[in-house]
Amino acid sequence: MPKVTYIEHNGTAHTIELLAGETVMRGAVDNEVPGIDADCGGACACATCHVYLDPPWLELLGTPKPGSQEASMLSFAAVAQPNSRLSCQIKMTAALDGLTVRMPEGQH
Amino acid sequence: MNAPVTTGPEVDAWSIPLEKIDVSDPQLYQDAAWQPYFERLRREAPVHYCADSRYGPFWSVSRYNDIMHCEVNHAVFSNEIGGIQVEDQPRDLQRPSFIRMDPPKHDEQRKVVSPIVAPANLNNMEPLIRERTKTVLDALPRGEVFDWVEEVSIKLTTMMLATLFDFPFEERGKLTYWSDVAIANVNAPDAPVHSEAERFEELKKMAEYMSRLFEERRGQPPRFDLLSMLAHGAATREMPLREFMGNLALLIVGGNDTTRNSMTGGLLALNRFPDEYRKLLADPGLIESLVPEIIRYVTPVIHMRRTTTQATEIAGQAIPAGAKIVMWYVSGNRDPDAVAEPNRLIIDRKRPRQHLSFGFGIHRCVGNRLAELQLRILWEEVLQRFPMIEVVGEAKRTYSNFIHGFKSMPVRIPA
Repeated sequence: MPKVTYIEHNGTAHTIELLAGETVMRGAVDNEVPGIDADCGGACACATCHVYLDPPWLELLGTPKPGSQEASMLSFAAVAQPNSRLSCQIKMTAALDGLTVRMPEGQH
Repeated sequence: MNAPVTTGPEVDAWSIPLEKIDVSDPQLYQDAAWQPYFERLRREAPVHYCADSRYGPFWSVSRYNDIMHCEVNHAVFSNEIGGIQVEDQPRDLQRPSFIRMDPPKHDEQRKVVSPIVAPANLNNMEPLIRERTKTVLDALPRGEVFDWVEEVSIKLTTMMLATLFDFPFEERGKLTYWSDVAIANVNAPDAPVHSEAERFEELKKMAEYMSRLFEERRGQPPRFDLLSMLAHGAATREMPLREFMGNLALLIVGGNDTTRNSMTGGLLALNRFPDEYRKLLADPGLIESLVPEIIRYVTPVIHMRRTTTQATEIAGQAIPAGAKIVMWYVSGNRDPDAVAEPNRLIIDRKRPRQHLSFGFGIHRCVGNRLAELQLRILWEEVLQRFPMIEVVGEAKRTYSNFIHGFKSMPVRIPA
């Protein structure tokens, strides 16, 4: 199964195996990785599963389309950067094996 | 309690004809009689048409997932066309604010103020909030009855507002007054204003007072208070008077009333569920999940309204363009398909932040984590000082279908 590494804001890393098709948010919540709140449960409606992607993964996954729901929600996240994504919108695939996501200081 | 007007305890929510149900009646909320109506609507008519109410015809959305559907589809469910309440603002007295706007203007204005609640700034505010909370709690009497609303909830939230606006501290009572003016139901006998025209006049006075501070801050370097942020923000520094009134009222009410009522409603709920209160006393670590659970259970904002920009469907129900859609957060938060045992306060729920009280989507409450911070500090300091605080009489509620509020709540701290 493809693996994701979640790095908390304090540097603590958690590596989790996810099923293909599962979202990166769901993997964190189901495995009790701290730092991903996901208040809305995956509806792209709260921006509390916010993560940062390192360059190679950002290139592979791309940034949300301007005007999309994800782009709107991210624009209200407290500490958004150009490499921000909402992890409920990233579905695992074999090609994403080894994905690393970093967490912001807080989800608000 | 006053006799209900159209619906109420003596009208059986389960036998009244479905089409006669009108959940916009503010009496239902003052009497805490709303629950069975929504239980029935969720089961029998989750997207329900009320053809005739004092606010005109409207659709009620009562289930959690259907509300979420409306929340995320802001292109179809507009805030700008008709505002956010089942009751329309009179056309000639309208006061636009960013919660009553759609993108792109909504986004531009919201981004001006949102840094006030960024994680780093919340950390900065925490010691001040804690100091004030300690002072307020240390002054409370033991062994005698006092009003929790007046002595705790209003005091704490008023000081918070003064800080957020960097408002002259000695005059901070004005902020609470303007907040009450902005949300009052003008038909309530104890309302501070009794007509929309009167409300407008009072809010204009607020704008005059605030515009002096606004002008001062415009001439100074940017600082971290809401007035300074508005005065320097590209999207907000040249607001017309009505928009200035609207945005200030929004920030004052948003930063005040909701938290005030959660401070009161939380203590009431813990008294209703004494086993949960005992659990909390035994394990203060539960405050972390207690706080969002209080916010769900209390649901300080009863509803939000949208207006359809086009013909659409909600849960299979066809809805025309231009329809008034009311999302009943009180009901969605008690939907058993979304929340297990929703009518119970359960302070150690697994996913306590899955609730609708802050809304979802682009209009989600900007201050949600500040609200949680204030409540967390309150309960941390309460538990350090007091045994079980007893609610010793009836909590009097607000006559409103919008703000789920409390006027007073008599309590006693055991001597």
